[in-house]
Amino acid sequence: MWETFGFEFVNFYLIPGLVLGCIYALGAIGITLTFSILRFANFAHGEVMMIGAYFTWTAMILSNDLFGVPLHPLVAAAPAVILAIGLFILVDRYFYKPFRSASTIRVVMASFGMMLIIRSFVQAVWGPNQLTFVPGIAKPNEMVKNLTASIDMMILVPNKHFWIIAGTLIIMLALSWLLTKTKIGKGMRAVSDSPELAKVSGIDVEIIVKATWFVGGFCAVAAGVFLAMDLQMLETTMGFRMLLPMFAAAILGGIGRPFGAVIGGLVIGLAEELSVYPWFGNGSLISPGYKTGVAFTIMVIMLVIRPSGLFKGRLF
Amino acid sequence: MSDSKALDISNLHAGYGETEILKGINLSVKSSEIVAIIGPNGAGKSTVVKSVLGLLNVISGNISLNGENIVGIAPDKAIKLGISYVPQTHNIFPNLTITENLEMGAWTRTTGISERIDEMFELFPDLKVKRNKVAGSLSGGQRQMVAMAKALMVDSKIMLLDEPTAGLSPKFQAEIFRTIKRINKNGVPILLVEQNAKQALETADKGYVLVDGSNKVEGTGKDLINDRNVARMFLGSKD
Amino acid sequence: MDMLIGYSLYGISLLTVGGIYAILALGLNIQWGYAGLFNVGIAGFAAIGAYTFALMTTAPSGYHFGGLDLPLPLAIACAMLLSGMVAFLIGIVCIRLRSDYLAISTIGIAEIIKLVLKNETELTNGPRGINKIPRVWEHLTEERFYTKAPMSWFSDAQGWDYFFDKLPIWWWQPFFCLTILLIVFIIYKLLEKAQQSPWGRMMTAIRENENAAHAAGKDVTRRRIEAFVIGAMVMGLAGAILSQHLRLIDPTNTFDPSKMTFLVWVMLIAGGSGNNRGAIFGAFLVWVIWSASEIFINSGLHIFGEMISNVDISLLKTRAGYLRMMIIGLLLQYILQKYPDGIMPESRPVQTGEKLKKGRV
Repeated sequence: MWETFGFEFVNFYLIPGLVLGCIYALGAIGITLTFSILRFANFAHGEVMMIGAYFTWTAMILSNDLFGVPLHPLVAAAPAVILAIGLFILVDRYFYKPFRSASTIRVVMASFGMMLIIRSFVQAVWGPNQLTFVPGIAKPNEMVKNLTASIDMMILVPNKHFWIIAGTLIIMLALSWLLTKTKIGKGMRAVSDSPELAKVSGIDVEIIVKATWFVGGFCAVAAGVFLAMDLQMLETTMGFRMLLPMFAAAILGGIGRPFGAVIGGLVIGLAEELSVYPWFGNGSLISPGYKTGVAFTIMVIMLVIRPSGLFKGRLF
Repeated sequence: MSDSKALDISNLHAGYGETEILKGINLSVKSSEIVAIIGPNGAGKSTVVKSVLGLLNVISGNISLNGENIVGIAPDKAIKLGISYVPQTHNIFPNLTITENLEMGAWTRTTGISERIDEMFELFPDLKVKRNKVAGSLSGGQRQMVAMAKALMVDSKIMLLDEPTAGLSPKFQAEIFRTIKRINKNGVPILLVEQNAKQALETADKGYVLVDGSNKVEGTGKDLINDRNVARMFLGSKD
Repeated sequence: MDMLIGYSLYGISLLTVGGIYAILALGLNIQWGYAGLFNVGIAGFAAIGAYTFALMTTAPSGYHFGGLDLPLPLAIACAMLLSGMVAFLIGIVCIRLRSDYLAISTIGIAEIIKLVLKNETELTNGPRGINKIPRVWEHLTEERFYTKAPMSWFSDAQGWDYFFDKLPIWWWQPFFCLTILLIVFIIYKLLEKAQQSPWGRMMTAIRENENAAHAAGKDVTRRRIEAFVIGAMVMGLAGAILSQHLRLIDPTNTFDPSKMTFLVWVMLIAGGSGNNRGAIFGAFLVWVIWSASEIFINSGLHIFGEMISNVDISLLKTRAGYLRMMIIGLLLQYILQKYPDGIMPESRPVQTGEKLKKGRV
């Protein structure tokens, strides 16, 4: 049984779907928080993911070439996170803040422009071509392979996927703690509910805004680095390619619901990968070229039938 | 100790942008008083409260809190100074629990938060039972209680209530007015804007009638209730 | 003399492409300026127009659907029609969405359109694209056109061949350019007329104060869909003309949203959103800056390369292109903040409702 159905399904469709879902989930968290606290769709989010991955790669290269110390991507990501958060805060101060009380279209347009500025910057500095993030083919983890083979359900999971799934889980737990147990996290939830009430309750909304960029930036870089680890390469369009699915995930889960965003991300990741599984006979459900359209379709369906998302998020 | 003026507003002209809604308002709230502002819709009642908080444009005039001039301060400064404000609508965080709502009300406080929370649960025992329930799941009257408790989390020097009984059942309306009296007994002066003129005047020590952005009548609660003009204008109308 | 021709041809090409962008900007203005619709999928509609035109007019080919050999004006009309139809389908689903959501949806639509064009290789030749698209005016020189009516009425194949041989190679360029400018003018005039018409005044009313218009019984949704469809049709027209200008189109590079969609938005905002004259002005202005900056940077790099002998400037050249994009992006941010109404703001009489809406686009 496992040989005919399970093996292929689990190893080549289910697990990749989960991994992709984790990446979408992390990106969607930042988007849903920005959407609910700052009230706009941040088109530049994908590019921050991308530049975070590029920064990480640069740190890895520098560390390796200058100091002879090879760094694991997750370690090299630390300075990238700091840079990305700094970038977010600078961008907010000079490009988004002027539009805080203007109509949302302006700030969305500014973020659209930001998307292009960041991407062009990366293309100018690092070049438009693909860069190898981690060379070589990722071999499945031996321990898991042997363990599962012994019970006749062999599962092949390369180490990178373990990092990604585990990393996502840890970030989710940390986020949960932040939002429910800390003052600033509760403040974020309060502003997400009602920025006007937060203001007249004495909450310092600017600090909350900075905190949002912190969390969003952290999750974005994590998503970017995980994506680079998964694909084992970098390219300048990787952020934009993730943008639609991340938005779809945020909308699916309900704007302002970080855990909804996670669920949304997982659903979309799985849907994308599973949509090309040969469910009925020989052909896949949809042609592989259209895989990336799955996220969009789910999003449009949600927007039409239940715009508040699965977990009843904000309805603007 | 003399009953000084907690809040003193003189010759206040204020509005939105360049449109003037308040055309020279004078009123005061002594530190032991409950003061009610009543009047028809559009008279500018809510505008008075919002001006105190710095939520809109003060064109000219004076507002002072315990002698300190507060014209044009930012809302979060106003909260820090001890102004407890309960807006008319959207006055709780629906996705936060009651306790969390109170914690948010105490944002500007550095000390004594848990003691204050306990005090609030003494004042609003109904809420204590449901302290971990999400505020959005409560009834209208209970939500109003949460809004008031949250506003009182600061070291309250005065409480501003914008139509606290709007949309509530008569039972809850009476409960709210009883609560207002209790809060005042605990030493908080109260400025109360109300559509529900009769009950407001019964609860208040002093009342102001606002029409078209200026004071028309003032007097003690009892006097105004017995005033035939006021009665005809407001008290006979269905609230 | 040759240099004069060279410069003139460059000037003509600036006007040509500027004109195409002006048509795109006018189309966007119908959607944004009239109806407040935030369409970030411009490239998608242009692509539909371009591909429709290409498929209808190219010679028979083994790589893609073609060989219809339809008259060019008919093909252009079809391009507009198809764009309009797609916009209609999208409109009935998405038009009621709030602006952020509409923006995301339109990006998604453009992506889906691109996916279809890439994947249906039998129809479109997939990622490799379609080439040898006939250009209005220049198409006259192609044998398959001059051997048929109406040109065959005037001379036979040999006669035409001889005639075209005598003309300079660039003879069609001024005609092409003038045709485009004429189209821009016609569209402009039609739009100005529409603005004065009851339809136009209703659109302005909806844009200024939607709730009041709704209360007054106007079917806001229907008007929005109308604006969306008409704007898309104009974009389709621009796409059809673009495909002629380029003669070779492909799904990914020609209709790169970073260039096309973004540039058109910069043009509209710089020129003055809501404003037809501003749209045209912005289109030419930004295009000239974009095009001229490429030349300046390239010649600058050339000189740099001459001065310092062992620097490989080809690398710098490609990278400089991205820097250019970055600068245009920063320019947009600057204009968004400092000139919210564009360089040529709308010159309508200010109505009382507008004072309160300061800061709204």
